[in-house]
Amino acid sequence: MTALQNKPHDPIAHLSEADIEQLGRELDAIRTRVMDSRGADDAAYIRKVIEVQRSMELVSRLVLLASLFPPAWLAGTVGLSVAKILENMEIGHNVMHGQWDWMRDPKIHSTEWEWDHASPAELWKHSHNEIHHTFTNVLGRDNDLGYGIMRVDEDQRWHPVFLAQPLFNLVNMLIFEYGIAAYDLEIGKVVKGRKDRGEFRRQGRKVLAKIRRQATRDYVVHPLLSGPSALTTLAANATANVVRNVWTHSVIMCGHFPEGVETFEKTSIEGETRGEWYLRQMLGAANIDGGKLLHIMTGNLSFQVEHHLFPDMPSNRYQEISPEIQDLFERYGLNYVSGTMPEQVASAWTKVLRLSLPNELLEVLSRHDRAGTADDEAGQVTSIAAAA
Amino acid sequence: MFTSLAPTTVRLRTGLQALAGAAATPLVPADYLDLLDPLRSRTALRARIVEVRPETPGVATIVLQPGPGWQRHVPGQYLRIGVDVDGVRHWRAYSLTSRPGASDRTITITVTAIADGLVSGHLVHDARPGQLVHLEPATGEFTLPPTPPRQVLFVTAGSGLTPVLGMLRSHLDVLDDVVVVHSSPTARDVIAGDELRAMAAAGHIRLIERHTATDGRLDAAQLAGLVPDLTQRETWACGPAGLLDALEEHFAADGLLEQLHVERFRPVIIEAGDGGTVTFLGTGREVETDGATSLLDAGEDAGELMPSGCRMGICFGCVVPLRSGAVRDLRTGEVTVAAAGDDVRVQTCINTAAAACELDL
Repeated sequence: MTALQNKPHDPIAHLSEADIEQLGRELDAIRTRVMDSRGADDAAYIRKVIEVQRSMELVSRLVLLASLFPPAWLAGTVGLSVAKILENMEIGHNVMHGQWDWMRDPKIHSTEWEWDHASPAELWKHSHNEIHHTFTNVLGRDNDLGYGIMRVDEDQRWHPVFLAQPLFNLVNMLIFEYGIAAYDLEIGKVVKGRKDRGEFRRQGRKVLAKIRRQATRDYVVHPLLSGPSALTTLAANATANVVRNVWTHSVIMCGHFPEGVETFEKTSIEGETRGEWYLRQMLGAANIDGGKLLHIMTGNLSFQVEHHLFPDMPSNRYQEISPEIQDLFERYGLNYVSGTMPEQVASAWTKVLRLSLPNELLEVLSRHDRAGTADDEAGQVTSIAAAA
Repeated sequence: MFTSLAPTTVRLRTGLQALAGAAATPLVPADYLDLLDPLRSRTALRARIVEVRPETPGVATIVLQPGPGWQRHVPGQYLRIGVDVDGVRHWRAYSLTSRPGASDRTITITVTAIADGLVSGHLVHDARPGQLVHLEPATGEFTLPPTPPRQVLFVTAGSGLTPVLGMLRSHLDVLDDVVVVHSSPTARDVIAGDELRAMAAAGHIRLIERHTATDGRLDAAQLAGLVPDLTQRETWACGPAGLLDALEEHFAADGLLEQLHVERFRPVIIEAGDGGTVTFLGTGREVETDGATSLLDAGEDAGELMPSGCRMGICFGCVVPLRSGAVRDLRTGEVTVAAAGDDVRVQTCINTAAAACELDL
C-alpha cells in the first residue's frame, strides 16, 4: 500500500466534508446506543470468560504436574496455551482498553489490571491505547506499522536491513511478547537519542522485574512443583508461551497489514475532525472472517474495524454492530477489508516479503510481470502482491 | 520446644505463601481460590443473599450470609453494601437489623425502596437468593453504651426505625424501661409492626405509634407531651433531618444535648448543573470550572500534574478516582455521579464538572 494521500485513485475523493461529518454522527449514534445498553448480561459475560480462563489455567497446570506422562503433557499444554491466549486477548487487552471500567468493579478495571505478558500493563497501555489507537496507520506516528523493525508500506523508506525483514518477522513471531516489551520500551528511540535515558532505565527495570516474575513462574516454580516431571513441565510451559506468541502475532498482523488497508501521511491528520478520525479508523483496519470460537480466541480482534472505531466498547458487542458498520461502508462507498485467517495471514506475510525489496525493484518486477498483458492500472497493487 | 517451633511454623507459612504467589503471578493465589469459594476471602468481604423477606409494601429484609471475615457488629451500627445493578456496582449504607452472633452466622438489613432508588429498588424487588454482594465492615456510633442507662427513649420515623430495631432485638433483656415513639404514614407501614406490638404487649417496651396520615407530622413539642419524663431519658433518634434538627434544638434548649444521640442518613442528592469547583485532594488545590472545559484542561491550567494520553477519550490514560461530585461527558452529555465512599473513576479528558467535584490526585 501507499499512503492514501499519494495514491493515484483517492478512495475517499467522493466524500465531501459534510458526508464525513454525517458519517461521524452515524457512528456516534451507534456508539451511544450500545454503550447505553450495557448491562447485567455483559457483566456476566466477562466474569464468565475470566472464570473459564482461570479454571482452565488451574486445571492445565495441575495436569502438567504429571507431564512425564505424554497424554497429560499434551492435554496440559493445549489447555495452557488456550488459557494464555484467552488471558491476553479476550481478557487482558480488552480490560486494559477500559471496556469494562463501567462496571465499577476494581478487580476488572483498566487502572488495576496486570496481564500474563512480558510488557507491564502501564507501559503497554501507553504505546498501544494512546499511540497506536490515536495515530492508527499514520506513517511516522503509529509505530505499529512494522514495529520499527519492518517496512510494511511503500512510503516507508527502504534500507538494505529490510532485506532481512522476513527473518525479523519470523523471529518476532516466536518471541512476540518480548518483542512487544522491547517495542513498548521504545528501544529504537533510545538508540537514536530521542528518549530520556533515565526514563528508559526506570521503565527497563520494571520490564525486567516483570519478565523475571513471569519466567520464574513458568520455568522454575511450576517445573519444580512437578518433581520428576520438571523438564517436561518446563517444555510444556515454553510451548504454551510460543503457541500464544505465534497466535497473537498472526492475529495482530491481520489487523493492519493485509492488502487493502490504507495508511496516511503524517500531515494529513493536522486539524482532523472526529468524523475524519472515524474514517481513518475504518480504512486503517482489517477483519477476520470466522465463527464464534475464532472471535473469542482473537479477543474479538477479528472485528478489528469495529474495535478501532470504538476501542472502549465491550468486545462481546462488536459482532452485534458489525452488520451496521458494513452497511455504513457500503453506503459511503468504502472498502471493508475482511478475509479468512489463512487469507489475511498470507496477505500480511506477502507484504512483509514484498516490501523487503526497494520500490524501484518492485516496479521493474511488476513491469516484467505485466509485459504482454493488458494494462491494468487500478489493479496494479494486487497484481504485485500476487507476483511476489 | 514451643519457642523454637513457632518461628519455624511462621517461616514455613511465609515460605508457602511466597511460593503460591510466585506460582500465581500476575494474579494472586486468592484470585484462584475465589473460583472455589468467593465468600472465603478475609480481605475482600463478600456475602450471599440467603433470603429476601417482604415486610411492608416496598420494604424487605435481606438476609445475608457473610464470609468468615465478617466481624460481629454492635446493634445500631450500619454496613456499606456493594450491589451490582444492571452490571454496575453501587455502594449504599443500611442499618443492621439482626441480633449479632446468630447461630447460622447470618445478618440482616431492612431496606425501604425509595422513589427512583436504584439500589433500594433492586434489593427489595429484584434481588434473589444466591446473589453475591460486597460488604464493608459494620461501623457507626449510634449504639447503646456497654452498661445501658436505666431509662431509654427511642424516637424514630419511617425507615429510621431500622437501627433501633437492631438494638431492641438484641438488648431487650438488659433494658427495663424503654419507650419507643415511632412515626409512620399508617399502622400498616410500620416495619416489623407485629413484632414491636408483641414486645409492647409483653410489657418489654412502651410503644407510641404516630401515623402521619391521621396525626400529622411528629414534632418535638408533641414529643414532650407524649413522653412526660423525656428529660430523664437517654434518647436515641433516627429519622428525617427535619425531625432530628427539631429534637436537637429542643434538647439543647433544656441543656440536655448530651442525652441525645442521633443517626442521620443523608441521601446524597447531587444536582448536575454546569461547571463547579474541582478539588484535587492530593494538593488541596481548588479550581473553578465552567461546563465546557475538561477536568484535564482545568487541572493542567491550574498547575496540577495530571495523567493524560490521547486527550480524545479513547486511551483511558487519564482515568482518576472521582471521590464525590458529578461530571458530564462532553461527547455524549452522560452524567456520572459519585457519592462519598463510591468507587467511581472517570476519564478527565472528556468529562467536565457538572457539580462540585473531588478528584483523588
